[in-house]
Amino acid sequence: MFQTIVTRLLTSIMVVFGALVLVFVIVYLLPGDPALSILDPSTATQEEIDLLRKQLGTDLPFYQQFANYAKDMLNGDFGKSLLNDEPVLSKIWTHAPATLLLAFTSTLIAAVIGIWLGVLSAIHRDRWIDIVARLVGLFGISMPTFWSGILLILLFSVTLGWLPAMGSDGWQTLVLPALSLGIVGSGFVVRLVRNSMLEVINEQFIVTLRAKGLPQRLVMYRHALRNALIPALTIIGVLSGELMAGTVVIETVFSRQGIGRIISDALMSKDLPVIQGVIFFSAIVYVLINMLVDLSYSMIDPRVRRMQARR
Amino acid sequence: MSGKETVLAKTVWKYDEKPPISRQRLLGRMSVPNLLIYGAGSIILFIIICGIVPGFIAPYSPTDMAYDIMAAPSFAHPFGTDYYGRDVFSVVVHGSRDSLFIGVASVLFGGLVGGLLGALAGYVGGVVDTFIMRCIEVLMTIPGILLALAIAAALGPSLFNIVLAVSLSAVPGYARVLRSQILSIKGRPFITAARSIGTPGWLIFVRHVLPNSWSPLLVMATIGLGTSILVGSGLSFLGLGIIKEIPDWGTLLSQGRGYLTVAWWISTFPGLAITLLVLSVNLMGDRLRDKIDPKQKRA
Repeated sequence: MFQTIVTRLLTSIMVVFGALVLVFVIVYLLPGDPALSILDPSTATQEEIDLLRKQLGTDLPFYQQFANYAKDMLNGDFGKSLLNDEPVLSKIWTHAPATLLLAFTSTLIAAVIGIWLGVLSAIHRDRWIDIVARLVGLFGISMPTFWSGILLILLFSVTLGWLPAMGSDGWQTLVLPALSLGIVGSGFVVRLVRNSMLEVINEQFIVTLRAKGLPQRLVMYRHALRNALIPALTIIGVLSGELMAGTVVIETVFSRQGIGRIISDALMSKDLPVIQGVIFFSAIVYVLINMLVDLSYSMIDPRVRRMQARR
Repeated sequence: MSGKETVLAKTVWKYDEKPPISRQRLLGRMSVPNLLIYGAGSIILFIIICGIVPGFIAPYSPTDMAYDIMAAPSFAHPFGTDYYGRDVFSVVVHGSRDSLFIGVASVLFGGLVGGLLGALAGYVGGVVDTFIMRCIEVLMTIPGILLALAIAAALGPSLFNIVLAVSLSAVPGYARVLRSQILSIKGRPFITAARSIGTPGWLIFVRHVLPNSWSPLLVMATIGLGTSILVGSGLSFLGLGIIKEIPDWGTLLSQGRGYLTVAWWISTFPGLAITLLVLSVNLMGDRLRDKIDPKQKRA
């Protein structure tokens, strides 16, 4: 177990470093001179522009820029916003909780609806509940999140007036954004759980359990579901990353505060350190979540545990 | 399927398989899915026609601002009119071209690059495989829309850049699918047989490996078309789209957002168009996968 964790940790660190390189390269490719976007080219003198370039380090060659950048990032210094000199890391820290809460809530909604409907649909194959579940799955993967968000606003805010359409204070403002992301996410989970449940149900040990007279409920929830959950867990890990990214769109729809809003604002104003910082931060979160998912296999599935022990 | 079932299994498994002649089962298996597929096909066909010859479908010019401002849907204006007095239906019809183009072009481009990388990694193996797959893994840590956002922002708003951004975020999926497929084909006896009679490596690849491994890529591309349309419309919703006289669906939806309380139809109908198109494409993809490879897992 210890060895597994160490190996997984090492590959994760490598991947995070790779992400660091990728983020740097993307931003390096950004056309335009950041010094010129801070200073007004019509009033600033050439000396001022050169001085600012020197301060920003953009006059150095590519590899030196990267070395400086990587050193700072790994030391936890994400740089300062070009717009108002606010340190990027503190900006992320103040806005991350709202986004993480939203991503977590919507992943939870997606997992609960998805697993529940997926299991019901596999048990009652071709009955009405199955048809409902398949429709949920199909609509879930086909609807843009911003549209489901707008439909929810139209229904619950404009027509019924139950929940606020925007803002980020209190749990009431969390419900609609989390739902619109969660519904989309549940589409993926329903389809996956339904399929892996159908596969498991056809296996021989399920026949054996039924033959020995175990109640349907126990067969399904204690034996079939536990085996079907492994692929579902993987997709939930990947999904939580996608939902993190989905907050960019949803925070815009619902005018919520969060790191999604920071990045879309930063993209408009070409605020490089903020863009790099937020993308790198979300890559770290993604890697962390998927590492936890990988490690949790061995807790859920004894076969994985035994395989690791033998190695 | 019925051949596998024993009499015992049929009587005991009351939750799984029903007798093959059951009317419910017949309905569930035959007519409804087929109707859905025909429906999906007609929707796709209609939207393609809209994209090619929007003038034939749209009742009004999409730039004509001569109508009542923000009039509710009616017979004259089925989707209502917007804040400029344009007919929303006509704008949606004309906007289909860009939305379709982004989807199709990204799938072609992303599928080509991803397929090439996957094929290289799977067939050559060794260091090449490790290197490519590590890079793909890194690419995957940055969620699709963030990557697309960064690229679209880096290169500026243009149709080509959006296609580039959307397809790059889809590359990892294609690469992984083709690689794993090629790996499983590579170990099969007929490949060893081909090698044993002295067939050159490239010929084995072109003649034997590729024809046997590209079908999952096709399925993935169909489903990927839906995803690409979604990501592309998300980018234009966030304002990274092309600023033009005739907005595409994502842009139109985003513009109508400010008028939700007074004119719900401006945002609702472009969103409906996106959903219907993606839904139809996904239905087609599901059917294609069931046809090509019934055992393939849905992921």
